[in-house]
Amino acid sequence: MHELGIAQSLLEIVEQEARPYEGARVRRIVLRIGKLSTVVPDALRFAFDAITRGGMAEGAALEIEEVPLSIRCHQCEEAFIVEDPFMICPRCGAADVEMISGRELEIRSMEICDGD
Amino acid sequence: MEIKLVKNILQANEVIAAQNKELFAQKGVYVINLMGGAGAGKTTLLERTIERLKGKRRMAVIEGDIATSRDAERIAAHQIPAVQINTGGECHLDGNMVRTGLEQLNFDGIDLLVVENVGNLVCPAEFNIGEDAKAMVCSVAEGDDKPLKYPLMFQVSSVLLLNKIDLLPHVAFDVERFRADALKVNPRLEIMPVSCTTGEGLDAWLRWLEERSGIKGA
Repeated sequence: MHELGIAQSLLEIVEQEARPYEGARVRRIVLRIGKLSTVVPDALRFAFDAITRGGMAEGAALEIEEVPLSIRCHQCEEAFIVEDPFMICPRCGAADVEMISGRELEIRSMEICDGD
Repeated sequence: MEIKLVKNILQANEVIAAQNKELFAQKGVYVINLMGGAGAGKTTLLERTIERLKGKRRMAVIEGDIATSRDAERIAAHQIPAVQINTGGECHLDGNMVRTGLEQLNFDGIDLLVVENVGNLVCPAEFNIGEDAKAMVCSVAEGDDKPLKYPLMFQVSSVLLLNKIDLLPHVAFDVERFRADALKVNPRLEIMPVSCTTGEGLDAWLRWLEERSGIKGA
């Protein structure tokens, strides 16, 4: 997908959160990206590096946790991590499931420090 | 120091989509986000829908394309309010673009708004625009492996129109395999085989729309 637009949205959030801390630089950003999301982590890093050059987040490390696809079966009342994008319980075959994780595109935390 | 967040990166779009949704609710308009690959038959389906719903539902259309106003012109020829959004390169519509399009539409008396998204099986699935439901069009000329290749789009859709079934004798498309895969990815997906050329199967789609679009308004 067009990671540049995503990177820009991410940077806006980061800059807004860091604004109260005058002169701060962003060192690290932790993201969670779900398996079903069409955002590619490496492409996002590339785009983010490009747009943060010369700014407060230049050089910030993007730590990306890739979240697996997991579903809860309402028949078995259990959750499973699944490899294929099928909304079917891998144990009992029921279609009465809900997705618990796998579509995330979120920023979990960021680490800032005083500017030089 | 660490700042803990837990924020959706696309939250800005979610906020605008929610505002759009609120506006639609106030105006009593049922909204469909119509998605599908380029050439699947979205615009033609819209034309057939407009023709058949004439007198039953008052429709408006927002067209999303990278370039040209061809689709909006086709719709406008049916005497339906149509707004064209040219994204200039963005491969999907988002809440903000649709909001811009809404500013050019008069909603008074409109029952049903269809937003035809940019032809693309990937990105539109990630961006809510404030719609009530997502509908996708897939044609038998595109290959029967699409549900596994583009699972997110199939998962977020409520209804899938399998178009161009009049071409089945001429293409290597296994309808049962396609249906089985699509239902694995989204067990609640309503699949409707249709042909916009012969009209076959369109009644089910029109009933689906009529049931949903007559309820919201006064």
